[in-house]
Amino acid sequence: MFESKAGIILIAGLFMFALAFVVMGLLPWLIYLDKPEQTMEDLVAGGVTAEFVDLAERFPAQFKEHFPDGVTRGSYASALERGRDIYVAEGCWHCHSQQVRPVSNEDLRFGPVSHAREYHNVLQRPVLFGTRRVGPDLIREAARRSNDWHVAHFFDPVLVSPTSVMPTYPWLYDDEDYPNRDGMSLIAYVQWLGSWLPEYPYFQGEGPMGPTERSGDEVALARESEGS
Amino acid sequence: MASASAATFGSLTIETPAHRDLVIEKLVLWHFLFSLTFLIVAMLAGWFFSLQLLQAYPFAGIEHLSPGRWRMIHTNGVAYGFIANAFLGALHWAIPRLTLQKVASKALSWFIFFAWQFVVLATVVGLIMGKAQAVEWGETPIFIDPLAIAGLILVAINFMTPILRSKGPMYVTLWYFIAGLVWTILVYAMGNYLPQFFVGGAASGALIGLFIHDLVGLFVTPLGWGLMYYFVPIILKKPIWSHGLSLVGFWGLAFFYPLNGIHHFLYSPIPMFLQYGAVISTIAVELVVTTVIINFFATIRHRGDMLRTNMPIRWFYIGMVFYFTTCLQCAMQVTLTFQKIIHFTDWVVGHSHLVMFGVFGFWIMGFMTHLFPRLLGAKGWYRAGWNEWHFWLMGISMLVMFFDLVFAGLVQGFMWRDLASWESTTVASGPFWFVRTLSGLGMLAGMGFFLANIAMTAVHRRTIEPTGQPAGESSGGATLATA
Repeated sequence: MFESKAGIILIAGLFMFALAFVVMGLLPWLIYLDKPEQTMEDLVAGGVTAEFVDLAERFPAQFKEHFPDGVTRGSYASALERGRDIYVAEGCWHCHSQQVRPVSNEDLRFGPVSHAREYHNVLQRPVLFGTRRVGPDLIREAARRSNDWHVAHFFDPVLVSPTSVMPTYPWLYDDEDYPNRDGMSLIAYVQWLGSWLPEYPYFQGEGPMGPTERSGDEVALARESEGS
Repeated sequence: MASASAATFGSLTIETPAHRDLVIEKLVLWHFLFSLTFLIVAMLAGWFFSLQLLQAYPFAGIEHLSPGRWRMIHTNGVAYGFIANAFLGALHWAIPRLTLQKVASKALSWFIFFAWQFVVLATVVGLIMGKAQAVEWGETPIFIDPLAIAGLILVAINFMTPILRSKGPMYVTLWYFIAGLVWTILVYAMGNYLPQFFVGGAASGALIGLFIHDLVGLFVTPLGWGLMYYFVPIILKKPIWSHGLSLVGFWGLAFFYPLNGIHHFLYSPIPMFLQYGAVISTIAVELVVTTVIINFFATIRHRGDMLRTNMPIRWFYIGMVFYFTTCLQCAMQVTLTFQKIIHFTDWVVGHSHLVMFGVFGFWIMGFMTHLFPRLLGAKGWYRAGWNEWHFWLMGISMLVMFFDLVFAGLVQGFMWRDLASWESTTVASGPFWFVRTLSGLGMLAGMGFFLANIAMTAVHRRTIEPTGQPAGESSGGATLATA
């Protein structure tokens, strides 16, 4: 049996695979089966973010061109979907994670620890947990920084973050260097990440501790003075 | 050369068709050449990406040369361009010789060859055009997935036919090949379809983890080990040490390896008891791996001189040392203690380079070194010394990259935990990233020696004298050494 063709095809090839699929794939699937996945309509039912309105006010002519309906739930939904597509196509998710773990002081740095319910929506299919952080986690990014910051940052990250190793994305801008439809969509998407939390918005430096605004030395000093 | 000969084992007589009737050597050669082409493309993509981390990317601001997109060409090119092509070539050599049966169809083989190059090229173009799918290592655009799956099914039909036709007990290699061929189709279909079309959220994370891991564990690993069980005894001219350990190794892998998936997302919102399960089965894999490693090192016992004198054996066994290293590393890094610090850091990047390049890349270099002169119609390599350069540049660069990234990961992980500003952790990573770029240069230089040697061997194939290294096995008889 363990050296026969049928044994290897059936037991190793099919059964072992199926067993692992059931335990490691189907089980979590079943566990969340009673929690329906939110559709785009569900996601925008509560309205649009202040950042999306801000985009429309800041770039009225361009916004009208890219989103002829103006600031509506429909245009917001289309921006989020397109923004996610750009986020995937450009490989953002290879250098930015979208999950805050309950360890390594991540809640102090980024915000509340991620919960499974936050991922039951169409924009997390497939889920964008991420496996590497060259840049910081983004699941609590909403309103942490201004639209202006993002407009400058996607154009050339070192303009606002001198030590950044992030690539430039000039093709997200039109000929006059205003964000184009892709650029606005990506900003709307990034500003959406975490906007569903009651603690939202974290304005810059006013997060749980604002650790991204403090240097390592400052934190060390603060710890020393606290006697920890 | 006779069209067929017969070998007698006691009362059993086996017809042994001539090598040229069994193996389509040209096809093996072309698979290898495309494999190396995609490897160079993937290595250059990775190397240029490393320049981005030094803020020195030369093509900044060009949409279709965006490092984010070319990073996916790096990983997908290695998996589907380099490794898949190399394995398809090697399977076309090993399976007909082991089973004494031809593949299902020569025309199908050539069709698969062209279809697979189309799949890889279409993937590259799709990724450049921004059509990636959000499945790590399965970024192949959604519209290419059906083609890839059809291709994998044809590959399985083509190779399973001779295996199923073969008579008598099956050698270990064929266990791995059968299982690997079945698994690869299932893994690819599962990873590319279920999280995309059927389930999202944390559950899709579990499936993606399963996919990432199974692509290594159920496609690359079984085919890789199958080829080791084939080439190592042939070149050492002695059988594998223990058949029982071979059994333990195979079935242990089949049972534990598929259960590892979720360990890619520890401390994520996926239910914790499943994470514990993945951790435990990952540690169990290390025990299985140890049995395989013991088996192979007991096999080379008393022939250790071959590590010095025989290039393919050296590639194979250094690859096995790296394999044991990565698996040992894995058994530790998978624990929740390590995960707190090293997850999301360059530690993991170092680990994956050691697996994909240090292990499977080295094995592929080994059997390519073994087969290329024969495939090119030469009696040996143009310069044996260039093969040494190839090996040492690769080996040293690999080690430098591995340790560099492991230490970088520790620095990053502890700085993050200690709430250093993100900017300062990037600055602290800079020197490590610089060394990594240098190590990539060393690898590219090593490949340069290999490619030059192949080209010169092809040019001078009629005048090269045997160098003492076997340029390929003799036809017919060698097959029986493993039957």
